[in-house]
Amino acid sequence: MNIWLVLLLGGLITFGMRFSLIYLFGMFNVPEALRKALSYVPPAVLSAIIFPELFIRNETVDLSLDNHRLMAGLVAILAAWLTKNIFITILSGMIALLLLQFFL
Amino acid sequence: MTEQAKHFWAGVRSEIPLLIGVFPFGMIYGALAINAGLSTSAAQLMSSLVFAGSAQFITTELVSQAVPGLVIVLTIAVVNLRHMLYSASLAPYLAHLSKRWKALLAYLLTDEAYAPTVIHYEKEGVRPFSHFFLLGAGLTLWTNWQISTALGIFLGAAIPESWSLDFALPLTFIAMVVPVLRNRPAIAAAVSAGVVALFAYAIPYNFGLIVAALVGIAVGTFLEGRQSPKGTSPSEEISSPRGMP
Repeated sequence: MNIWLVLLLGGLITFGMRFSLIYLFGMFNVPEALRKALSYVPPAVLSAIIFPELFIRNETVDLSLDNHRLMAGLVAILAAWLTKNIFITILSGMIALLLLQFFL
Repeated sequence: MTEQAKHFWAGVRSEIPLLIGVFPFGMIYGALAINAGLSTSAAQLMSSLVFAGSAQFITTELVSQAVPGLVIVLTIAVVNLRHMLYSASLAPYLAHLSKRWKALLAYLLTDEAYAPTVIHYEKEGVRPFSHFFLLGAGLTLWTNWQISTALGIFLGAAIPESWSLDFALPLTFIAMVVPVLRNRPAIAAAVSAGVVALFAYAIPYNFGLIVAALVGIAVGTFLEGRQSPKGTSPSEEISSPRGMP
């Protein structure tokens, strides 16, 4: 298949998925149960992205102190919990990671 | 300032911390795409046609391995399945808009536009022009994605890997998710999704992410139902869209 056709089809499919349920939503009433379930999408999806980024090193779960990203992530979680400030969270996580990388 | 502009700029501002992670990511994509043998125009246009970071990286990888086009297209579909969750999640807030608005906002609905937008809606509920928030966030991301792709194509991987700037992305997600965890069902949803994501990590093509998210959603919903069968749980006030029609 031609690369342009691949990109075009890939783009159409991606758009289709993003559009699908936004488009269909007006056509039927959303059950209360589904609405409740949807409120758990953000914590579930975000955590499912975060956990592997922190825990998985070289394709396996790494719980050791040498896992700098996990340690820096814990620092960031603490910062987020204490300050609820997005910049302070990112900054403390980045600084923690760089310090760990340079000094350990 | 008009209401539209206020929401638009709030969306733009919400996107700025994410750009610390997105911009180098876009540059790396641009550099890798050229190395993988894509033409300059194909590498650049993928960023607007597909406009989905992880799918673009995987496409680049598959193109370099000369994988058949049909397989690449199917892979893009699976990798981007999670966007259906985002679509479902934002649908109630966008229900009142015209088809054209819905299409435009759907095109802009990436991970990084979805996350601040859904948090914004959960905090503020639906106001007459709150969709301008998603427009602002989405356009900011789109513009930066195009520019960073172009820079990556021309400069190559200019940012040293030792800076670990890619780590800013998960950190941003941490900053977003922690404040949402204000009750037990939400915490349980987050932890269970995260743990399942670790176990499901080996499932190819990001599919583990979908499985993990679905488990988290199920756990949260189940616990909320058990806490209060009549739906008066403490999470009600923060997690259900306020001011919804």
